Amino acid sequence: MLTFIIRRTLWTVVVMFVITVVVFFIFFKTPGVDPARALAGRNPSPQTLAEVRAQLGLNRPLLVQYGLMMKRIFITRNLVSYSDQGQLVIPEIFAAAPATLSLVFGAAIIWIVMAIVMGVAAARLRGRIYDPILMILALIGLSAPVFWIGQVANLITQGGLHNSVFSWVPPLGYTSFTVSPLHWFTGLVFPWITLSILYIGFYARVLRANLLEIQTEDYVRTARAKGLSERRVLLRHTLRTSMITFVSLFGLDFGALVGGGAILTEVVFGIHGVGFLTWQALQNLDLPTIMAVVIYGAFFIVLMNALVDIAYAWLDPRVRPA
Amino acid sequence: MAAVAEQVTSTGLRSAAVGRNPWALAWRRLRRNRLALAALGLLLLLIVVCLAAPLYAHDVAHDGNVLGPNLNGTTIVGGKVVPVMQEGGGILKLGETPIGPTWDLHHYFLGADNIGRDVAALLLYGGRASLQIGICSALLCCIVATIVALIAGFFGGLTDAILSRLMDVIWAFPVYLLAISLATELLTHSNGIQIGFLHVSATSLWTPTVIIAFIYVPYVYRPVRGQVLSVASKEFVEAAIAQGASNFRLIFSEILPNVVSTVIVLLPLMIATTILTESALSYLSVGVQPPNVSWGTIISDGQDLLYTRPWVSLAPGIMIVLTVLALNVLGDGVRDALDPRAKLRVR
Amino acid sequence: MADPLLDIRNLKVAFRTDDGLVRAVDGVSLSLYEGETLGIVGESGSGKSVTMMSVMRLITDPNAQFDGEVIYKGTNLMGMSQDQIRSIRGAGISMIFQDPMTSLNPVYKVGWQIEEQIREHEHVSRPAARDRAVELLTAVGIPNARERADAYPHQFSGGMRQRVMIAMAVSCNPDVLIADEPTTALDVTIQAQILSLIKKLKQDFGTAVVLITHDMGVVADMADRIAVMYAGRIIEQGTQRELFYDPQHPYTWGLLGSIARLDRPRPRRLTAIPGLPPSLMQLPVGCAFGERCAHRFERCRETPLLLDRAGPGHLDACHLSAQQKQDVRDRTIHPELVEERP
Ligand SMILES: Nc1ncnc2c1ncn2[C@@H]1O[C@H](COP(=O)(O)OP(=O)(O)OP(=O)(O)O)[C@@H](O)[C@H]1O
Ligand SMILES: [Mg+2]
Repeated sequence: MLTFIIRRTLWTVVVMFVITVVVFFIFFKTPGVDPARALAGRNPSPQTLAEVRAQLGLNRPLLVQYGLMMKRIFITRNLVSYSDQGQLVIPEIFAAAPATLSLVFGAAIIWIVMAIVMGVAAARLRGRIYDPILMILALIGLSAPVFWIGQVANLITQGGLHNSVFSWVPPLGYTSFTVSPLHWFTGLVFPWITLSILYIGFYARVLRANLLEIQTEDYVRTARAKGLSERRVLLRHTLRTSMITFVSLFGLDFGALVGGGAILTEVVFGIHGVGFLTWQALQNLDLPTIMAVVIYGAFFIVLMNALVDIAYAWLDPRVRPA
Repeated sequence: MAAVAEQVTSTGLRSAAVGRNPWALAWRRLRRNRLALAALGLLLLLIVVCLAAPLYAHDVAHDGNVLGPNLNGTTIVGGKVVPVMQEGGGILKLGETPIGPTWDLHHYFLGADNIGRDVAALLLYGGRASLQIGICSALLCCIVATIVALIAGFFGGLTDAILSRLMDVIWAFPVYLLAISLATELLTHSNGIQIGFLHVSATSLWTPTVIIAFIYVPYVYRPVRGQVLSVASKEFVEAAIAQGASNFRLIFSEILPNVVSTVIVLLPLMIATTILTESALSYLSVGVQPPNVSWGTIISDGQDLLYTRPWVSLAPGIMIVLTVLALNVLGDGVRDALDPRAKLRVR
Repeated sequence: MADPLLDIRNLKVAFRTDDGLVRAVDGVSLSLYEGETLGIVGESGSGKSVTMMSVMRLITDPNAQFDGEVIYKGTNLMGMSQDQIRSIRGAGISMIFQDPMTSLNPVYKVGWQIEEQIREHEHVSRPAARDRAVELLTAVGIPNARERADAYPHQFSGGMRQRVMIAMAVSCNPDVLIADEPTTALDVTIQAQILSLIKKLKQDFGTAVVLITHDMGVVADMADRIAVMYAGRIIEQGTQRELFYDPQHPYTWGLLGSIARLDRPRPRRLTAIPGLPPSLMQLPVGCAFGERCAHRFERCRETPLLLDRAGPGHLDACHLSAQQKQDVRDRTIHPELVEERP
């Protein structure tokens, strides 16, 4: 197991390195684009341009350019955003992280519970009308753009009904948990639901298909032949094996969301998380911020990938290395 | 003797039933799936309606251009001429508010947006862009992914290792962030991009098309490569190798036909995914650029009018849901028809 | 004779499919008496598994239709509620399956899987159940059973897994053990070990065994009575002696002709009878075996009944007269033995 973890970690480091190289090339070496001009924000003054060129060593060899860039992102962490009055980018990302984590964690809890309930119900009620109804609902959830669902939610909770039924919903935005736990919660309820809808749809469908597939496995028949109750067969044998797929999917999606995938939900609800930061950067074409978010986001995803693989080995004894 | 003859005919019949053309068989299964047929019908209807945009738009065109601003325009509601942008709106009665839905099939059926454009016309023209980008990028993505997968799966060894690792790296990027970085990079360059003799202007619909196609390549690559690997080890391929067939012939006439069904299963689901992605990028203002419109840009513009003129956002969202839902249902149907025990799945 | 332990009466199982109704089991009646071994043989697809799975009510396909009765200790299993049948599965009647590689849950330790069954049917503590499981594993010939109980199925070989399955099946002292082709997926040497294990357990526990197989050699070795199935029906049934020394049905002759000999490679599937079994959706009129039978004549258009033409208890479903059968039989089964006869 230890050698497996070490091997997996080494591979993770390699992928991270390649990611930094790819990002470097996208931002610095796109043919026909002057990186200094792109990184210096909108309509930069000649001084700013010269400053950027010097800071990033743009007239020095490729390797030095790459090294300087990485040093600014990871070591000195003093990458400067020119569009944003010289804000330091990395601390800003870390300041935005709690909002994103709050959003994603809450949504994840909702989607795991709902997806398991719906997937198991559909699989159990197979052959009856509830199964197709549940699956069509799941498909609708899968087919709606998340930012649009967010708008609809806002229309309902912030629009006409804001003074009656939904008076408890605070105005759009994020309140830190340390400021007011209550507002933190009430303000996140609809973002949580909105963000989880897509994943509920997806996970419920995957889980149902997986359960139906596993139900035909010989060992499930064995479990029945042992005289176990349907409930126990489902929970201890069928669902337990399904969890292998479920958990690995979950790790990847969770990583992608924390790594910036929640941008749409954050924008539509005005939650100042990492995604929102990226979006603001987009409006000002603030490339240093975007670049840093992409690298940090991708790192997080790669890290989650590694954790998933290790969790997978833990869940499935067949792939567990001795 | 007679018994033997009968036996032959009975097995003959049996194999005829089993060996029927798989495509015909799949089509028969699909035709029996009413839900999938309804989805196909809905999809065709949506496409036809969007293609018929000019039929609606010729009434609302102003200065010969439906997609330009119309801040000073007028229209007719209930026989009266009214301005498109009306004074005062919201609670404070400040500024101008576009007119709301007239529910009149000739002009401003769904009202106007914040620069006085007819929302219904935008919806139809935007649908063209969304569908075009969705379909083209899914096709492009599938073609590129299939070619790479054929090369990787067929040559194996180092080629496969390098290509697969490359795909792993692209896979590791958050899809939206990757698309965003590519898009910002391309958009900061307002003259567009020159690749060899090919010039793509920054505001062209091809910019988002290519970006979206690119980010999903690994998602198609993985299942197709798996299929190539399993087909390449089948006897008929080995037989062809033994006969001295060239690599080119092997790939295109022996392996490709056998992975096409995998790609076809993936295609509708990919179109659904690319349409959603296009709308998201456009919502974030890194997708379709003005003067073009797409469903995503309309929703984005509608955000400011959400509480006064909700239809500006609602209508394109409903169109997206219908289109993507139809594609997903159709995709499920195609999968069940082509490969009843399928394990393929796309996000 | 005493009442049978398990009495299957006119069992019918059909599956609705897109292409029509598949009559997998079409009126099967069988009795199993205490302590005996009943062999069920027949080609692939003849309905052996479906029959015995129906007895256990293990067929979950929503498109399945059942008819008939299965009487176990005086009650009809087919009419029982889920809860009632559960208390019989694994405790009164247990079953082991063909493929030991996939029949154990890959994510649980084998000891745990045996304990789970014991604790489902008896109120015992976990340590007690664990001790029983280890005892059972030892009894089925797993060395180091206490340690091996903590291993996962993939750490065992096929033969060992089948031993685990057997240990699990007998863990609650069932009256009936149904073994569905327990050795088909195993090597020849392992097959013999598993069969002798079943034999030994049967003697030790007095369990009645239903042994499903393709292999006439296996039933010759194991079974007291034998039923031959073809296209969802029983076409001959009798004691082991009767079936081997006085077989009545041309299909049985074919099966006997296919017994593995030392001078030929052992066939996995029966191939000695020319032709394929008929489609279960459209059985031919009359005798289902007619199409493939070399001795077919006019009367075969009528469906032959399963009657005791050759003596009490020895049933067959063939219209040929006893004399005709005698004449053609030996040539079909043992062509090389015919000359040796005085
Ligand atoms: N769920 C089902 N739906 C449709 N047909 C089925 C189903 N289960 C079994 N059958 C059919 O019933 C027939 C009998 O199957 P069964 O498994 O009992 O055969 P068998 O005698 O055990 O064969 P084998 O020796 O291969 O195990 C087969 O033709 C099979 O196709
Ligand atoms: Mg069977």
